[in-house]
Amino acid sequence: MSLATRSLPRTIGAHAILLTYTAIALFPVILVIMNSFKSRAGIFGAPLTPPTPKTFDLIGYTTVFGQGDFIHYFQDSLVVTVASLFFVLLFGAMAGFALSEYRFRGNTMMGLYLALGIMIPIRLGTVAILQLMVASGLVNTLTALILVYTAQGLPLAIFILSEFMKQVSDDLKNAGRIDGLSEYTIFFRLVLPLVRPSMATVAVFTMIPIWNDLWFPLILAPSEETKTVTLGAQLFLGQFVTNWNAILAALSLAILPVLILYVIFSRQLIRGITSGAVK
Amino acid sequence: MGSLKIENVKKAFGPVEVLKGIDLQVTDGEFVVFVGPSGCGKSTLLRVIAGLEDSTSGRVLIDGADVSVTPPAKRGIAMVFQTYALYPHLTVKNNMALGLKQAGTPAAEIERRIKVASVMLSLEPYLERRPAELSGGQRQRVAIGRAVVREPKLFLFDEPLSNLDAALRVNTRLEIAQLHRRLKATMIYVTHDQVEAMTLADKIVVLNAGRIEQIGSPMELYNSPANEFVAGFIGSPKMNFIDGARLGETAKTIGVRPEHLSVDTKSGAWKGTVVHAEHLGADTNLYLDCEKAGLITVRIFGVYNAEPGSTLYATPDAAKTYRFGGDGKVLK
Ligand SMILES: Nc1ncnc2c1ncn2[C@@H]1O[C@H](COP(=O)(O)OP(=O)(O)OP(=O)(O)O)[C@@H](O)[C@H]1O
Ligand SMILES: [Mg+2]
Repeated sequence: MSLATRSLPRTIGAHAILLTYTAIALFPVILVIMNSFKSRAGIFGAPLTPPTPKTFDLIGYTTVFGQGDFIHYFQDSLVVTVASLFFVLLFGAMAGFALSEYRFRGNTMMGLYLALGIMIPIRLGTVAILQLMVASGLVNTLTALILVYTAQGLPLAIFILSEFMKQVSDDLKNAGRIDGLSEYTIFFRLVLPLVRPSMATVAVFTMIPIWNDLWFPLILAPSEETKTVTLGAQLFLGQFVTNWNAILAALSLAILPVLILYVIFSRQLIRGITSGAVK
Repeated sequence: MGSLKIENVKKAFGPVEVLKGIDLQVTDGEFVVFVGPSGCGKSTLLRVIAGLEDSTSGRVLIDGADVSVTPPAKRGIAMVFQTYALYPHLTVKNNMALGLKQAGTPAAEIERRIKVASVMLSLEPYLERRPAELSGGQRQRVAIGRAVVREPKLFLFDEPLSNLDAALRVNTRLEIAQLHRRLKATMIYVTHDQVEAMTLADKIVVLNAGRIEQIGSPMELYNSPANEFVAGFIGSPKMNFIDGARLGETAKTIGVRPEHLSVDTKSGAWKGTVVHAEHLGADTNLYLDCEKAGLITVRIFGVYNAEPGSTLYATPDAAKTYRFGGDGKVLK
């Protein structure tokens, strides 16, 4: 912003609002992380204070890692998230390209049909999905989760990506055609790099609900082999006694991978498109 | 090598007919310019020729062969786009090489052609740069270079200069003219800039609302336009059109170019008042409000001092006055 368009009260106002929002958004996260380093007495005695030498305790983490399988749960979560993300981005981009680039009968109807999924939550179909998975023998496999999450993420991905693909210069694609590039090469080499920032946006939007989901792992893949982190953390949520240290430690750890993925994608977001191709 | 024939090509987007039956013959080595107002279908016709768009009906023949089912890359054409359309992730050199690599040209041959083209277009210092690191004029030269290395039978240009500033436009125009002379290739060039059309073309095709209004050399179009549309489109400032009835003529409309009117302070055919004068140095454009002819433009070579509000008499050159009938066609 230039000096001429800046005004002090407005700047202060904007920052105040943003800082308040940041505090509200971060408060629960910080609370979880803080308390995950405290002893049980510390957690209940003074939940809002940071760990002191007296209350500091790594018992939560040792429990989680002592549980052995937790590494495995992490692996499952990561496999499911990354695989679903990959398919959502791949198929979403391909469908978006087809919808924006090719004129075919039913193009608009197809676009609307695919966008319908944005409005209808996939959980409404849980019973049918479960039946389907039982029938195809996919219950208690990660494949089941990947399939469901891919379906869940696609509508929004297609909707956003087809809008961005429309903005990619026709001349560029046509230049590729004249140079003899196949439609696949045009898609992967010319169009995808130009919509990379929007792909990153879609990736972030898609990734977080998948990582955090408890519903489908609980219904479709609750076996020890296929437990995800969110489901695994339930282990410590006993009927009579809840191991808060372990739960908080598990949740704190669960933040890490999403954070890393987010940092990777947001770098893409910031880097922006490779300009200079047109105009 | 490089003739083009278009037979009754029509193109509709849904219910909208954009090309309404185009017939055109281009002989080998010709420089043909398509001109016409915005939205008249110039780019669409070019894309049909390139194979980027299917025609609804009609045939396109390149060197006598029907190319309806030939993909763009196999038609022996190259196209230069208004927006340059360079591959952003490739260096200048690779931008030029890509099409040849796809066609399986041997590496040594690719090198040779890039060398020739980059010398021709003074692109040698930039070969390792990416498009983002070039200026607009350099980018357009790369786009032209990319077309040149393909050694096509037919060059297609879609308003290649319209994103360049005035000075650069003149330079690049010269380069294209030289290129045509040197390569002796057939070129089809779309523009709505009159000067480009008049200076570059062997043959101009004037399009209007999806139809060809007239085909001819620049001077043919200027000297004997077939109808009111062509007469008004070619020439700048625009031809004056005067209602025939006001002049007591039988023709519906009388047309006379601004440069074919002479002025005098004492006597003449049409008495008028000076509304405005534009001094361009080499020429002076006078806007006269005449009693008989209405508002007309007069172009005088050299400097001419006329105060707004003063009275002047304009006289048309009878030999260079056009008469148009009710259907807009020229009356002989
Ligand atoms: N893909 C399309 N779908 C529907 N209509 C189209 C499409 N492409 C072009 N048109 C229409 O066809 C007409 C001709 O377009 P075209 O691009 O050929 O015009 P043009 O003569 O090149 O104009 P300009 O000088 O502005 O570039 C326009 O009215 C345009 O709206
Ligand atoms: Mg155009």
